[in-house]
Order: sequence, then C-alpha cells, then structure tokens
Amino acid sequence: MTIWQRIRAHWGTATWLRTLHVATGLLTGLLSGAVIVALVAASVLLVWTVAVPVIAVALLFWTLPLFTALQRSRFTAHLNVHIPPLPRRDFSPHPLKWLVPQARALSTWRQLAYHLLCPLLNGLGSVALLVTWGGTLAMIFLSVRAFDISPRPWLGMLFALIGVGLFLAAPLVARAFTWVDVIAGKALLGPALSDELAQRVETLQESRAEVIDAADAERRRIERDLHDGTQQRLVWLAMNLGMARATLTDLPEPARQVIAQAHEESKQALKELRDLVRGLHPAVLTDEGLDAALSGLAARAPFPVRLSVDVRQRASATIEAVAFFVVSEALTNIAKHAEATEATITVVRRGDRLRLAVRDDGRGGAAPERGTGLRGLAQRVGSVDGELRIDSPSGGPTTIEVELPCE
Amino acid sequence: MRVVLAEDSVLLREGLTWVLGSAGMEVVAAVGDAEELLRAVGEHQPDLVVTDVRMPPSHRDEGLRAALVLRRQRPGLPIVVLSQYVEERYASQLLSTETTGVGYLLKDRVADVAEFVEALRRVAAGGTALDPEVVAQLLLRRRSDPLDQLTRREHEVLALIAEGRSNGAIAEALVVSEGAVGKHINNIFAKLGLSGADDKDHRRVLAVLRFLKV
Repeated sequence: MTIWQRIRAHWGTATWLRTLHVATGLLTGLLSGAVIVALVAASVLLVWTVAVPVIAVALLFWTLPLFTALQRSRFTAHLNVHIPPLPRRDFSPHPLKWLVPQARALSTWRQLAYHLLCPLLNGLGSVALLVTWGGTLAMIFLSVRAFDISPRPWLGMLFALIGVGLFLAAPLVARAFTWVDVIAGKALLGPALSDELAQRVETLQESRAEVIDAADAERRRIERDLHDGTQQRLVWLAMNLGMARATLTDLPEPARQVIAQAHEESKQALKELRDLVRGLHPAVLTDEGLDAALSGLAARAPFPVRLSVDVRQRASATIEAVAFFVVSEALTNIAKHAEATEATITVVRRGDRLRLAVRDDGRGGAAPERGTGLRGLAQRVGSVDGELRIDSPSGGPTTIEVELPCE
Repeated sequence: MRVVLAEDSVLLREGLTWVLGSAGMEVVAAVGDAEELLRAVGEHQPDLVVTDVRMPPSHRDEGLRAALVLRRQRPGLPIVVLSQYVEERYASQLLSTETTGVGYLLKDRVADVAEFVEALRRVAAGGTALDPEVVAQLLLRRRSDPLDQLTRREHEVLALIAEGRSNGAIAEALVVSEGAVGKHINNIFAKLGLSGADDKDHRRVLAVLRFLKV
C-alpha cells in the first residue's frame, strides 16, 4: 500500500461511514432511550393504576425488538457488521404467557442495556467527533488569521500543528467509538452464548431424533424388501428344487445328488435369511405390538421365560423397536453367558415412561465394559434418551432395567 | 379337492398353484389379497383354504384376520395359514377358534413338497398341521408345568400329536413300532390326568390343548 493509498484510506469512505454510524447512533439511541425512559417512568409514577405499568411493560417488550432490528440494520449498513438475530419468541394472546417469559429472558435485559447505553456512547462519540472536526476547521481558520493579520508566525504554526493533529485524530476517534459500539452491540444485541448453546442443543436433539427414526424406518424398509422380494424368490426356488427332487427320480444319481444338495442349501439359506430378517424388525411387532413380539422372543429362548406386559397404549415404532432390541439382546446374553435356568421379563407403561426389566437367575458378573452386547444395548437405549441400569453381582442374579421415554 | 389360494407374491402364487395342481388338487381361485379371498371362498365353497399371513393393502396380518373371519363364518372350513415367521401369537389366535381343520405352517415348508401336500390333506380331512417350529416354541415355553413329568420321548410324541400326525406317522417319524407309540400316548394321557375320558380322539385334542395352553 502506497502512502497515498494509506492517506486516502484514513479519510476514506469507511471513516465517513463510521462517523455516520456514530451520528445515527446518537439519533436512534436518543429515540429508543427516550421511549424506554418514558415508559419506565410512566409505570413507576403510575404504578398504583396497575393498568398503566402493565401496558407500559407490554409496550416496552413490544418495541424492544423493533429498536434492536433498527440497530442491527445500522450496524449492517454502515459497518457491514452482522449481528445474529435473537431466537424469536412467539406471540401469545394470553398476556402473562407472553410477558413472563419475556421478563425472565436474559436477552430482554441485555437489549434494554444496549438501548440505554447507545445514546450515552454515541453521544460521547458525537461530541468527540464534533471537537476533532470542528477543532480542525477552527485551527485552520485561526492559523490563517495568525499568519495573515498579526504577524505572529509561531502562533500560526502552533494552530496549524494542532489542526493537523486533530485532522489526523478524527478518523481514529470515529474508529474507536464504532469499535466500542460494535463490541457492545454484538455482546448485548446478539444471542448470548447460553442461548446459542440452548438453541444448538435443541437443533441437535431434533436432528438426532430424526436420524434415529430414519434408521428405524430404514430397518423396517429393509425387512419389508427382503420379505416381499428375496424371501419369496428363495421360497419359490426351494419349492422348485423340491419339486425337481420329488419328480425327477429317473435322473442319473450324480444329477439327483446335485438337486438334493441345492434343495437343502436353499432351505438353509431361507432359514438364515429368516433369522436375519426377524432380528431387523419383526413383522409381529408392527402388527400386534410389544406383547406379541416379546412372547415370540420368550418362546424362542432356550430356557423358560415368564413374561408380563402391561402396556395399554402403544409407544412409537422407534421406542417399540428399542424395547424389542433390549429384550432380544438381554435374552441372547443370558443364553450365551449367564447359565441361567429361567428368566423373567416385565414391561410396564406408566404415563410417558416405558419400563422394562429382564431378570435371570444366572451367575451374574455382567458388565458393559466386558462385552459388546451390553454396550450396544446401552448405546441403543441412550440414543432415545432412555436409561439403562444393570445390577449383576458376581454369583447373580442379574437384573437389567431400562426406562424409555414415549410421547 | 377344491382349493382357494391367497398369496400376494405372483411368483409364489403361480408356484403354489402348480405344486397343488401336480398333487391332484384343483385350485379354483388364486387371489392376491384378503378381500378377494373372502369373496372367492363365498363364491367357490372350497374344501380347503391356503392363505399367506401378510397381504395387501397394509402388508400386515390381513391373511390371518381373513382366516379368523372365515373360521367364524364357516365353522369347520379347513384353513392352512402360511407365514414367513412362526409367531406364537398368530398360532394361538388361529387355534383359539377350533383346533380341527387348522394348519399353521412356515412358508419354507413348501420346499418339501411331499410333506407340505400331506399336511394340506391332513387339514382338509379335519386334522391339524402345526409347524414343528411352533410346536418347539410352545414346548420350550411350557416347560415348567405338569408337562415336566413327561419323559423326553413322551414329549416328542406329544409334539408330533400337536403337529397333527397320526399314530402311524408318529411311529414312522420316531422309528418305533405303532404299539410303542400307543403306549407312550397312554402314559401321556395318564400323566396329564386324561385317563378317565372314554373317547380316544377327544383325549388327543385335550392333550394337545393342554400342551398348547390355548
């Protein structure tokens, strides 16, 4: 950057925009400050009327976002500084439902603080700018006079020096005041860190729920596709091989063996596919709910299982799928590791909580750190904000309790 | 024998029609959903109905619901329900109507054509055909009750009775004499407290009912 460019930049458009920013800040600040002070004063002075303070506060809360929007556009227009908007609060026709959250929100008081600070800050800025620019002009005038009228060149030099100093300082003053104003504006008019975090948590929660629902829907879709397509084809294939095996008895022995082998393989493939598909999402769960799906699981377990299900209102498909998965995993674990002779499953829905408990009389010592099964269980339960408790002292018995939220 | 067949997969419907046809059965109607099934049964008065559980429009348990409706409308109409998965709940619902002339089989069983056709004939003749998987599930489930007194062999025999087999078929399956099967059955009746009943077939059904707890 050449010196000439530097000089041009120093007194360039940006400087004038900053100066304008301070000037408009004084105007808008005076306006908002006056309104706020007037409303507060009215409600304090007329507090005994009750109606006036309520109306004044309502008006105040109503005008605050307008002033904030005005200020935000001022920052954008002059300085190209974008202050992120605050989360909007929906207007409620019920005055208390609208006023109380407003009054409790930190952002309301932060905005108020800015609108009161703005006239002071920009007032000071305006005075400072007036002094520097006005001073520059005055010094030029004075030094010209000093050289011209009374021959006192040292005084003229002094005035000229001060004038140059003021002329140099003016853009810096504008810059300094806008800098402070930007800091104040960003801190008080933008969303607070906690608000931002809260908003982000909300978004994340929503998107997580969507992801989980999508995964569950995907599981059901895969199950349906396999059921409607692959399984039917395999049945057809096995049926045809069965027919061939039964009717083509006059074929040479090797050919018959090949057919027999293919027939057996196709049946095995069907069985494997069936187990896989059932693990994805059993159709009976969709049709008849947890009770039916869990009794199917209980019946399949290689040990007696007592099952009691008290669920009058069905939970969402996702929650049901998680509950089914929990019991399925728990029973698989018991079969694999627990050496149990029996198990008890209880499922109860109370309000918006679904409580599951799986107990076995096995040898205990189950810990999530030791196996992927229990960890997977904890993850799946955690994915829907459920709670998992495992009580498994060495020597048994083991109890797995799960609580799932359902709307 | 006149059969009405309900199966939504065209491929399987054709295949089953062919299998049944080659076994000497006449498929008078092959339909693709539960409503058509009800209509076809009303129209053709078949000797046997074979239906899939899952069918359009919602691809849930329409076939089973239709079977239950048919059982109520026409008591004694033999029905075989085919299912991709064996679910105890579907089996109990089906058996809760009547245990004669009912079949609940895994779809895979179609692969063993001869056995499948034999099961269909049994049901058409008023017998039962329960999939070994259903029986196995129920057997596991009911281990902690009077049935505990049964020996392993007696369990096997009772399971085969529940599947709907005759004494001859049971003897063949277990590779024992028919007399031995008869002895086992008498022991089972005794242990289940069914020795007093005088009608043999009735006792068989009672034993199965006790076994299935339906």
